[in-house]
Amino acid sequence: MEQATEAPLKKTPLNARHRASGAKMVPFGGWDMPVEYAGGLVQEHMAVRTRAGLFDVSHMGEIEIAGKDALAAVQRISSNDASKLQVGQAQYSGLLSPQGTFIDDLLVYRLAPAHFLLVVNAGNIAKDYAWIADAIKPVGDAVAVDASSRYALLAVQGPEAASVLQPLTGIELAGIKYYWFAHGEVANVRATVSRTGYTGEDGFEIFVPPQSADRVWQAILEAGRSADVVPCGLGARDTLRLEAAMRLHGNDIDETTTALEADLSWIVGWKKDDFIGAAPLREQKATGVRRKIIGFEMLDRGIARHGYDAYVGGEKAGVVTSGTQTPYLKKAIGMAYLPVERTAVGTEFDVDIRGRRTRARVVPMPFYKRQK
Amino acid sequence: MAYPAGLKYTKDHEWIELSGDKGKVGITDYAQQQLGDVVYVELPEVGAKLKQGQSFGTIESVKAVSELYAPVTGEVVEVNGALKDKPEAVNADPHASWMIVVKLTNPGEAGALLDATQYQELVK
Repeated sequence: MEQATEAPLKKTPLNARHRASGAKMVPFGGWDMPVEYAGGLVQEHMAVRTRAGLFDVSHMGEIEIAGKDALAAVQRISSNDASKLQVGQAQYSGLLSPQGTFIDDLLVYRLAPAHFLLVVNAGNIAKDYAWIADAIKPVGDAVAVDASSRYALLAVQGPEAASVLQPLTGIELAGIKYYWFAHGEVANVRATVSRTGYTGEDGFEIFVPPQSADRVWQAILEAGRSADVVPCGLGARDTLRLEAAMRLHGNDIDETTTALEADLSWIVGWKKDDFIGAAPLREQKATGVRRKIIGFEMLDRGIARHGYDAYVGGEKAGVVTSGTQTPYLKKAIGMAYLPVERTAVGTEFDVDIRGRRTRARVVPMPFYKRQK
Repeated sequence: MAYPAGLKYTKDHEWIELSGDKGKVGITDYAQQQLGDVVYVELPEVGAKLKQGQSFGTIESVKAVSELYAPVTGEVVEVNGALKDKPEAVNADPHASWMIVVKLTNPGEAGALLDATQYQELVK
């Protein structure tokens, strides 16, 4: 619970609203963000699983790539195959180092045939932008712009998300498929609405101009009053994404882990031309990975958290990358890297929880999958 | 929530309820609010020797894990085993959810702890 006090924290356009609503604020990736509101993390988590919750994710970064050769530029820096995207469609992808490891993970939106929007993690914006601007120089007619300050981003997540949002917009939400988006207005504010999220539920992410973020935020809470929609903080965002087994950059994936070790082969465009990080990934695919990410649940009491060591037969064999007590499943779960021969479902291992060897078992991911 | 006048408090957000040469120890309402939903309380065994200001256990919420610090020097004579199965009681009623009973080695130490008014001022 230590507060970083050196650099001034950045604030989203909703900062004053969060503070006035009694949110508990914490520093996260250089931003002053709500970790939970008065009702607490568990209540927020359950609201998203059973009704809907509203998140301010304006700290996320937006980098646009445009120009005649924009597709070639995106293909070079993004691991997934952006040529498969139609205008109005998005995909999950990796921003990989030449070693095939994660500089960041991101969503790639195709706004127009030669205009892409990349949504990146808050703490990585400057690093990603510098990397991308440099890496696309050889490509030709394509330019990258850090457009983060032009967007506020709200997320409405949960089974009631569509019914809460629909009265506020002329966009026909039922017509937006998973990982597609549309432009229009929300609460009379120009908006881009995408059927995406980081919770494992149905839901939408809404890009709006920063100066209008508060109006949209208030309108969604007002529209969601009868469905008991609650504002949610980063705490619930983390437990929700972990139940859904979504990777968190800086925890589960980073510049030491490859896309294959992270079991994200599906975001690698194996058939496309050369891209940064392709060669080591192709080699690793041919020879096989030595370690791999797994999901686990605790058999003994305790929560295995990020950075705790994993042991097999008394030997240190891996490391936990995420772990929590999940409010919905009511179990202690997590993700860890283990030697590939110890990754079969049902395999047991130990986690060193502050000096105590604690039993865990490999289970399938995701831990939680919503009913369609 | 009001801080009961009958308890003494530490700057580390524990309380102690003294009775003769013994004291019941728990964490304050402020501490449980900071932690959020408590899921696990790890306590010492009866007979453990505690030193004032040193860790006697850990408390874990969904968000984080924190140390529990002994408000006084002494020996653990009772442990609240019920918290093992109902750790959320710490959130619901922090000033009644005692964790351990300590037999004080040096009762003079307790005099220097904060009273309710001073503690209220600390967490204001």
